[in-house]
Amino acid sequence: MAKTLFDKVWDAHVVKKLDGGRDVLYIDRQYIHEVTSPVAFSGLRDRGLKIFRPSQITATPDHNVPTIDQHLPLEPGESKDQLDALTANCGEFGVQMFGLGNDKHGVVHIIGPELGFTQPGMTIVCGDSHTSTHGAFGAVAFGIGTSEVEMVFASQCILQPKPKTMRITVDGELRKGVGAKDIVLYIISKISASGGTGHFIEFAGSAIRSLSMEGRMTVCNMSIESGARGGIIAPDEITFEYVKGRENAPKGADWDKALAYWKTIYTDADAKFDTEYTFDAADIEPMITYGTNPGMGIGITGNIPAGSDAKALEYMGFKEGEAMLGKNIDYVFVGSCTNGRIEDFREFANAVKGRRKADNVVAWLVPGSKMVEKQAYEEGIVDILKEAGFEFRQPGCSACLAMNADKIPAGKYSVSTSNRNFEGRQGPGARTLLAGPLVAAAAAVTGKITDPRELFNL
Amino acid sequence: MSIPKFEKMVSCAVPVNIENIDTDQIIPARFLKAVKREGFGDNLFRDWRYDSNNNKISGFALNESKYTGSILVGAKNFGCGSSREHAAWAIYDYGFKVVISSFFADIFKNNALNNGLLPIQVSEDFLAKVFAQIENDPQAKFEVDLEKQTFTICSTGESTGFDIDAYKKECLLNGYDDVDYLVSIHPEIESFEASRK
Repeated sequence: MAKTLFDKVWDAHVVKKLDGGRDVLYIDRQYIHEVTSPVAFSGLRDRGLKIFRPSQITATPDHNVPTIDQHLPLEPGESKDQLDALTANCGEFGVQMFGLGNDKHGVVHIIGPELGFTQPGMTIVCGDSHTSTHGAFGAVAFGIGTSEVEMVFASQCILQPKPKTMRITVDGELRKGVGAKDIVLYIISKISASGGTGHFIEFAGSAIRSLSMEGRMTVCNMSIESGARGGIIAPDEITFEYVKGRENAPKGADWDKALAYWKTIYTDADAKFDTEYTFDAADIEPMITYGTNPGMGIGITGNIPAGSDAKALEYMGFKEGEAMLGKNIDYVFVGSCTNGRIEDFREFANAVKGRRKADNVVAWLVPGSKMVEKQAYEEGIVDILKEAGFEFRQPGCSACLAMNADKIPAGKYSVSTSNRNFEGRQGPGARTLLAGPLVAAAAAVTGKITDPRELFNL
Repeated sequence: MSIPKFEKMVSCAVPVNIENIDTDQIIPARFLKAVKREGFGDNLFRDWRYDSNNNKISGFALNESKYTGSILVGAKNFGCGSSREHAAWAIYDYGFKVVISSFFADIFKNNALNNGLLPIQVSEDFLAKVFAQIENDPQAKFEVDLEKQTFTICSTGESTGFDIDAYKKECLLNGYDDVDYLVSIHPEIESFEASRK
């Protein structure tokens, strides 16, 4: 029978099927961080259990870490307690951890692929909704709750109903100045912040295939913002090239065997999806959000739609019908598991090169990992940024969810390359405008919402 | 941890008639730093309940003494956003046993079921009736019967069925948990691993 990519990977991991529609699904890799793991560890301890397969678990602290002065001891408090708990738990249960200061430390969804832990055809979970990022490799990857983290600790399996399948095809050539973030913000603006609920989304089409692995990760990362369980993209030469040679990728004969399998995981020509959408890449502009969920996005030259949610507009201090272009902004945040990879900083630096940060803008540029940080220094990106008046910080989740000190003050506008514009997400009262790195760059140098295509002559 | 058995109940309900309630509103990220499961209820809907000076914001349902009971009623697409299980813990810790909505985000629904909190999805029409009933009489009673999978407006007798995964229903009714089950099938998991080599 013809199968989708998602079905092929899922079905290969079903240990058994239960009455009531749940599958016992085998998990190849679990990532953990400091926020959603401590209660799972204590659950395990209370039951007197060990971790069933510790070598298939990878830990890193990211949500709470400071993004400056990481060499200094952490101040006493809850953030330090969570980091200390992760270190102690990983030590006690034999889990590999890349801690603060380690040259492989970073945001969990950035380091997994970098270190070659994430591979095509795998099942991957983490107590974090943006686990969907890893779907870019043709893995079935999704976020889980802490009880489920404990299940995977105890059995390397999880009980899950199989989601429905959706395919979103984006065909055609992307216009100048339009990138992966714009594609996914466009899709969510069309299908809404709940349009993907209950589904696993395969992203397909020539515009998706044209993306680098970094871009594909951005798209899959935000699939969850449509309510979907996750996103997935068929692996191809771009994928294999990215994975090959990475520290934890298969080597030698194992590589050949893995590659032969990976080449079989794609959607069969006559496979059926529960839901399908098709979009034309030429219709996509650089995007920006105006409201308080990621579905409230428009092309940057657009006006806030009539009939927009009044509560959201009141929170944002906007009125329907207003243009987005020309609105003043206060903060720019480039980073997070959505846009904290090297390509994002290259794009940002390339755009601001030879210009100056606007005086009224506070900009936080936060690499997703130590490896991204190192590469940015080596490529001269940091020099360009400094020259233009920008500060390059140290890796962590930072202002994406403001669990550390990087908080946007109440009432201030932040153009952010992260993934959520919910009320208070970047700090109580903060007003978030989601966008890609180019729109962020244009805002950072002009102090207002600006069309990057005009400013940078794209 | 095992979960308490879910018994048939009759209760008033607390209405939060807002669509797309995301888990950042249910429990803001700055309260996720605890390393224990208890105490999250104090910060449930923190930024809707309290202003920046920690004064209660009047008008929000949780601050209105006329609303009581262990049923929370939310509008469509409840629990979207971040996967934080703390959202389910906060609602449960506050004292709710049931959440009613016309639509739940997937991860939240799973998290709720794993923690003894029953998400009940009803039609848009029925949800509108529930909100209307509470507006009309804040002390209106509702019955939740998990065994029969029914949710009833007591004063009018109007009742609706709801879906729940058979395995999860069994777990809730018996206070039984997934980890217990998965540990019991370790030999099957080991054979599965061997078959993939």
